[in-house]
Amino acid sequence: MSKRMIKERNLAHGGWNHRKKLLILTCATAFLFLVIYVIGSLISDGAVTGSFLNAKLPPSTSHPYGTDALGRDLFLRTLKGLSVSITVGILASLISAVIAVLVGIAAATGSKRLDAFIGWVIDLVMGVPHTVLIILISFALGRGMKGMLAGIAATHWCSLARLIRAEVLQLRSRPYVAVSRKLGKSGSWILIHHLLPHLFPQFLVGLILMFPHAILHEASISFLGFGLPPEQPAIGIILSESMRYLSTGMWWPAVLPGMTLVLIVLLIDKLGECARKLLDPYTAQA
Amino acid sequence: MALEARGVSFRYDKKQDWILKDRSLKVERGEVLALFAPSGYGKTTLAMLLAGYLRPAEGEILVDGERLPKKGVCPVQLIFQHPEEAINPRWKLRRVLEESGTLQEDVLKAFGIESAWLERYPRELSGGELQRFCVARALQSGAKYLICDEISTMLDVITQAQIWNVMLAEAKKKNMGLIAITHNHHLAQRLATRTVDLRRDF
Repeated sequence: MSKRMIKERNLAHGGWNHRKKLLILTCATAFLFLVIYVIGSLISDGAVTGSFLNAKLPPSTSHPYGTDALGRDLFLRTLKGLSVSITVGILASLISAVIAVLVGIAAATGSKRLDAFIGWVIDLVMGVPHTVLIILISFALGRGMKGMLAGIAATHWCSLARLIRAEVLQLRSRPYVAVSRKLGKSGSWILIHHLLPHLFPQFLVGLILMFPHAILHEASISFLGFGLPPEQPAIGIILSESMRYLSTGMWWPAVLPGMTLVLIVLLIDKLGECARKLLDPYTAQA
Repeated sequence: MALEARGVSFRYDKKQDWILKDRSLKVERGEVLALFAPSGYGKTTLAMLLAGYLRPAEGEILVDGERLPKKGVCPVQLIFQHPEEAINPRWKLRRVLEESGTLQEDVLKAFGIESAWLERYPRELSGGELQRFCVARALQSGAKYLICDEISTMLDVITQAQIWNVMLAEAKKKNMGLIAITHNHHLAQRLATRTVDLRRDF
């Protein structure tokens, strides 16, 4: 294609090609996400302690999300809660994704018996409803941040592990891996130089797509009272407290933080989708 | 000093028929052996056995009187039919070549590999250009025997001639043994010091 034709085609798309637009969208989403996280974690504990003088205020300009029964500003509490949820989400999905890669590689490269055993464990974990398993693990480890992280991390690695296993099996049968072995390279050398770079996009996208699940589970487990302690400003805690006042007509503590949670989850889902489109070789060239 | 298959048999599964049964083949250092047979006669399987990619169910493969080593650089290198599958698509070509040792400028020059190509990714080069890299990589490894499994089938005639000329010169210089698997009788006649037809000579 001549340079002029390329130029004309680019002009037809307003000077941007699809990939560039996608890249900008990804960066913008990541930036927005980061801003919410930083603002949330910068809010001091003092800012979210309320006074009974302005308890149960509906949304207004001074309190965009209103105040709760203890007079705490719900907008700040939601933002602070989100940053806690995001921390839990990032840690849990990171641990999960690392487990998935290790287990996936072990299943693909280990003996047939190990592969069968790992397949059985995956079926087992996937067969039990997530929420029940997270409650069990979280409860057994004494609830709080630690129990919840362990619970979420221990239940979310399965499908990514399967994906990684299949990917490694496919990569290992490629001629260039066989050639590498005949050129005297060791198994670990091949793993680091040939296999892991191919697995990285799967790892990253799996990680990002796991994140909304982790955050939603964190909220639901805290809501049920098996997760974070009640004094911590987490989204699940706010929602569970709001239930008590919902029947008296106080709609804002339930609706506004809940909507914000949904928006954040959608935002991250979009980020994951964009990252997949950019990194996945089957769509990256389109 | 020879690469030898002694009474080799192979099948992928014990329930299946033999793909190769009790076959023997020998190529001396400095010799160019052309191997041909119609499709399905086990040419590629034999190549994989000789280079140690597969293990024979019966019989043995001997290199200069010893069994093929399980670890380390293999003295028998196989060059595949499809170069784009034998090169990691995420590696720049310099890295592909360096996988088998330090770059040898004279080999690169002989194959007409331009230095600009070294900084490119495999999908930015054509099949013929990539095949030169595969051959150069095999030559660089210090192999004593090369097995070429229809390496020039999908190339144009000029590229074929160029690759084979360099290959024969290098093989002669380093006193290597060559096995060329091909469908092309004319090519076999031009290259080989000896030809084996899997239909008749076994």
